[in-house]
Amino acid sequence: MSNGDADVANIDAAEAASTKAAQNTVTAKSVGKSLFNWAAGLAILFVLWWFGGYLIEINPDTTNFKGFGPIPTFKAFPELFAIGKIQAAVSTSGYRLGAGLLIAIVVGVPIGILLGRSKVFRELSNSPFQLIRMISPLSWEPIAVIVFATWNGAIVFLIAVAAIWPVVFATAAGLAKVDPAWFKVARNLGAKPWHMVTQIILPAIMFDILTGVRLALGVGWIVLVPAEFLGVTSGLGYSIADARETLSYDHLTAMVLTIGVMGYILDSSCAMLIKRFSWHHQ
Amino acid sequence: MAERTGVQITIKTLTHRYTAKSPVTFENVDVMAEPGEALVIIGRSGCGKSTLLHILAGLLGKTSGTVRLDGKDVTEPSSQWIMMFQAPHLFPWMSVEQNVGIGLRFARWPDDKVKKRVAEVIGLVHLEEFARSNTQDLSGGQQQRVALARSLVMEPDLLLLDEPFSALDAFTRATLQKDVRALSKQLGFNLVMVTHDIDEAVIMADRALVMAGSPGQIVHDFKVDLEDPRERQDPKVQSMRATLMQIFHDAAGVPVDSEEEENSNAASNAELVGN
Repeated sequence: MSNGDADVANIDAAEAASTKAAQNTVTAKSVGKSLFNWAAGLAILFVLWWFGGYLIEINPDTTNFKGFGPIPTFKAFPELFAIGKIQAAVSTSGYRLGAGLLIAIVVGVPIGILLGRSKVFRELSNSPFQLIRMISPLSWEPIAVIVFATWNGAIVFLIAVAAIWPVVFATAAGLAKVDPAWFKVARNLGAKPWHMVTQIILPAIMFDILTGVRLALGVGWIVLVPAEFLGVTSGLGYSIADARETLSYDHLTAMVLTIGVMGYILDSSCAMLIKRFSWHHQ
Repeated sequence: MAERTGVQITIKTLTHRYTAKSPVTFENVDVMAEPGEALVIIGRSGCGKSTLLHILAGLLGKTSGTVRLDGKDVTEPSSQWIMMFQAPHLFPWMSVEQNVGIGLRFARWPDDKVKKRVAEVIGLVHLEEFARSNTQDLSGGQQQRVALARSLVMEPDLLLLDEPFSALDAFTRATLQKDVRALSKQLGFNLVMVTHDIDEAVIMADRALVMAGSPGQIVHDFKVDLEDPRERQDPKVQSMRATLMQIFHDAAGVPVDSEEEENSNAASNAELVGN
């Protein structure tokens, strides 16, 4: 490298260091503000919930439903934990959701890659896929119950059916954005078809796949609870139905809150994974 | 890095058309080059220069004729003949060293050997301090150096260059032109480069092939007999440039492009002097 290049590199490095220091200060302020807004949003939600509970409690017509308020709900949690109800429901529903999502990913990603790479497959599958996609996942339930020997299998199937489409279409959309020159360069450097998939395609579209998984997770989570209302005697959906039958409104709200918190944690985990695997510059 | 001896390039009566219905891109192209020789192909847009390069890289099929490297038919890409493109096309999810080592990983080299070879080649292109950087943080010139290292790491016998410096600023372009030629002579591999830039041809070539016509043909084979290192301001280089420009002008018969190129080169030179 010439001296000119070295000078340019030194100036670049100094400018980069100064810019980075300024960026760090801005980032720290921005993170603080985001955290404050996050906490404030939750606080507003809690106040609204508390106020609703208060209105229910003071009205003689609705006072029997005061268990929906935040204080009875939070009081119900230790009891539900002590008898292991929350742990059992979360682990059972978690297993069903995980299995359904896994099937959606294992089947959906290759289909998405095929959709993105093969024009013939794209044209062949477009109508059937759009048609099947429009069928509400829960409308498969009677068929699933007949086909699968257990309710567990039927619920996993329903989640997989619901979750597969976001994965398929996000994967295909990701592939459409891949620079075709990467394939040419990789071929030029001796890549075999297997390398193309593992070293080029998957890392290039991991961001899109995970975005699809995040959407699939939301859809799967939404399908899970109503699917568990029928037939099964375990899981978060069943626990809500059970609490309603026994008029334990505090338990019911606690389970609903658990669903919300679990969904929020899973979604946040997905968002972190997306950030981790995103190679796009911020 | 081990020194290479380069390859003997033999292209005979090569003809190409994209489809049976499309016009002939070029026809009856004959090129011979000795091991280690640097060829630069110049010509107007559409005369088939890039297509010829893609066929030589095994990335495109020929219609008729033969393309042989050391007597072996070129029918598919190989790590022994590597092509660099106009844009670096780096893999943005990989660091500099991961980009440079990708070809070796495709060839299933053990990790320790990949690491050693990658470090050597990154040193050759002067990017040691950026080895672990994200490629998106690099300048255009640095990215093109990474692409060069990614090609050199395979120890190719032939490096094919499809206008790889055309998107760079004049200062970076001039530095890379000299560096790539120096590396080719130091390591002994052949260069075949396509360019519109007469200056670039004079700085980099042992021989300049002028393509013209439609379908394209090689209409002139010009020996660039200059000593290294070649400086733009050197009167011999300037004289050679004027001669080549005249040949190009006569062959292509299109003064407008040439004048435009002269203007652009004058601007480049002014920029370089300014730097």
